[in-house]
Amino acid sequence: MTLGTKVDAPKTRGPVDSRGYRIFRVVNTVVLLGVVVVTLYPFLNIVARSLSEEAYIIAGEVTVVPRGFDLTAYKLLMSDAMFWTNYRNTVVYTVVATLISIVLTTCYAYVLSKPQLKGRPFLIGVALFTMFFSGGLIPNYVLVTSLGMKNTIWAVVIPNAISVFNLLVMKAFFESLPSELEEAAAVDGLNTYGILLRIVLPLSKAIIATMVLFYAVSFWNSWFAAFLYMDRQDLLPVTVYLRNLIAGATSAESAAADADKVQAAATLQAVTIVLTTLPILAVYPFVQRFFVRGVMLGAVKG
Amino acid sequence: MTSTLRPPPPAPPRSPQAAQSPAPRSPRRGRSWRQALRRDWQLYSLAILPLLFFLVFRYLPMIGNIIAFRRFKPGGSIFGEYWVGLRYFRMFLNDPTFWEVFTNTLVLGTLTLLFCFPLPIVLALLLNEVRARRFKRFVQSVSYLPHFLSIVIVAAMVMQLTSIEGTANQIVSLFGGDPVAFLQKPEWFRTIYVSSEVWQTVGWGTILYLAALTTVDEDLYEAARIDGAGRLRQTWHVTLPGIRPTMVTLLILNIGSFLAVGFEKILLLYNPLTYPTADVVSTYLFRMGFQSSNFSYAAAIGLFEAVIGLILVLSANVISRRTVGTSLW
Repeated sequence: MTLGTKVDAPKTRGPVDSRGYRIFRVVNTVVLLGVVVVTLYPFLNIVARSLSEEAYIIAGEVTVVPRGFDLTAYKLLMSDAMFWTNYRNTVVYTVVATLISIVLTTCYAYVLSKPQLKGRPFLIGVALFTMFFSGGLIPNYVLVTSLGMKNTIWAVVIPNAISVFNLLVMKAFFESLPSELEEAAAVDGLNTYGILLRIVLPLSKAIIATMVLFYAVSFWNSWFAAFLYMDRQDLLPVTVYLRNLIAGATSAESAAADADKVQAAATLQAVTIVLTTLPILAVYPFVQRFFVRGVMLGAVKG
Repeated sequence: MTSTLRPPPPAPPRSPQAAQSPAPRSPRRGRSWRQALRRDWQLYSLAILPLLFFLVFRYLPMIGNIIAFRRFKPGGSIFGEYWVGLRYFRMFLNDPTFWEVFTNTLVLGTLTLLFCFPLPIVLALLLNEVRARRFKRFVQSVSYLPHFLSIVIVAAMVMQLTSIEGTANQIVSLFGGDPVAFLQKPEWFRTIYVSSEVWQTVGWGTILYLAALTTVDEDLYEAARIDGAGRLRQTWHVTLPGIRPTMVTLLILNIGSFLAVGFEKILLLYNPLTYPTADVVSTYLFRMGFQSSNFSYAAAIGLFEAVIGLILVLSANVISRRTVGTSLW
């Protein structure tokens, strides 16, 4: 024991850890492992449910291991045409909305990043104020409907096109670029559009990737705008499909319906959750670092 | 009195003034809008579409709040038909349901602030003590994960976990209890709401704190150690003051969204049985607007909520600037 401590000692910075601190580190590791378990458990539980036979779910025997492996619910959902229509809608809405958002955010962030621009404080103020005060649900609804955007993709993609937080992150990034490059390009005869397209954007791939991810995830996950502005089922994104599924399954009327239907609902919900989450989980390991960097960038400079 | 005679004696006292006075008079500052537009018109042109966006989809709805003071008929003018003054405001101030949902909002907002603000700090401090890099990164990656899920998915997961045959009831029966329909019980709603909120936001919340922790000066720890401070004291006297600006900034932001408690999540999770604890201002407003089609009344409630939110964030900002010296602007 004593020998072990002596060998370990030089590795730690500063003096040898006190006994109390060593105990703390053990406890800390256990606590953090607890956090991991608590975070992951719901995911594992849902996956296990989606693969289990209904009888076991109803009996309350499913935890993290599938019981009575059964793919019926997957097949059922896969054969539902409306599910796929809505899934495709989600993809289309996400792509279009992200594209619009990126263009608008990039343009405005670039303008805001020019310190010599007259009226810049005003332009920043216009955006910032909307972070703290908003028109509210009802006036927004009245506006969007009277613009004739109901039951169109525009109701989903336009009213939330610019996120002020993302705008500030991007502005901070543009401000960190060396201005000499742009000045040199201006001397060489490039105009503002040329500088933005040929000098600034190629240097900003990292931040644009981050912004694409931020926006894409938020549009992929959004449901309320579609829920509010779309009456036709074939226009809904998959999040609203899931919402209708869970709303239907918990309401009293369906509980009164035949028992089979209710039983199927539990597995079907689990399967829908799994299939809706899957794309996010699939890209998550690759994009996670981008997100973290983006948030920190915004925090340090924003 | 000539220019050559004067400079020597008054030169020293003048120099600080001289440094100040010419600045405002410089030609740059006095440049007119016409010159600015001629020089930077391409830059301004890039701002047109985004400005139009803000004008139409952010500021027009603010003006649209005018229907809170006017009688609005669905399908009619978006600014309403005729003035009714403060009628709708008086209406909700005398509405017992309004005060019930207002109380619920305050309770849920307070609970959220109480748990969702400090827990990321605690988790970040714990993570900061981990020396095994891989383990640290693993815990972080896992804890961020719920942030990327749609509210709908989180709500669906909550429903599954709290259902009669779900995990929560498995635990209950493990201790010999009878299954509880958690989402039908008003007394459970706050617990369910806050814990799912914690589950989803805590990991993500640590990012900013972990970033702030890396900027704390190593020399301060060294000095504290020499003064005989243990780990706990180092955390208390060096780490926490070091991340105070970040803490204050996030606190102000949290306070600003205090009243806007998870509208979407509540809308997905609540039901008439849990209204007594789950119904908040924004969900009540939603029902008034879209189920009862009382748009002007709902707009009045929304305006009230937004103004209180603005007042909260402004005062939090002023207080923190006066006391801690950190503010958002």
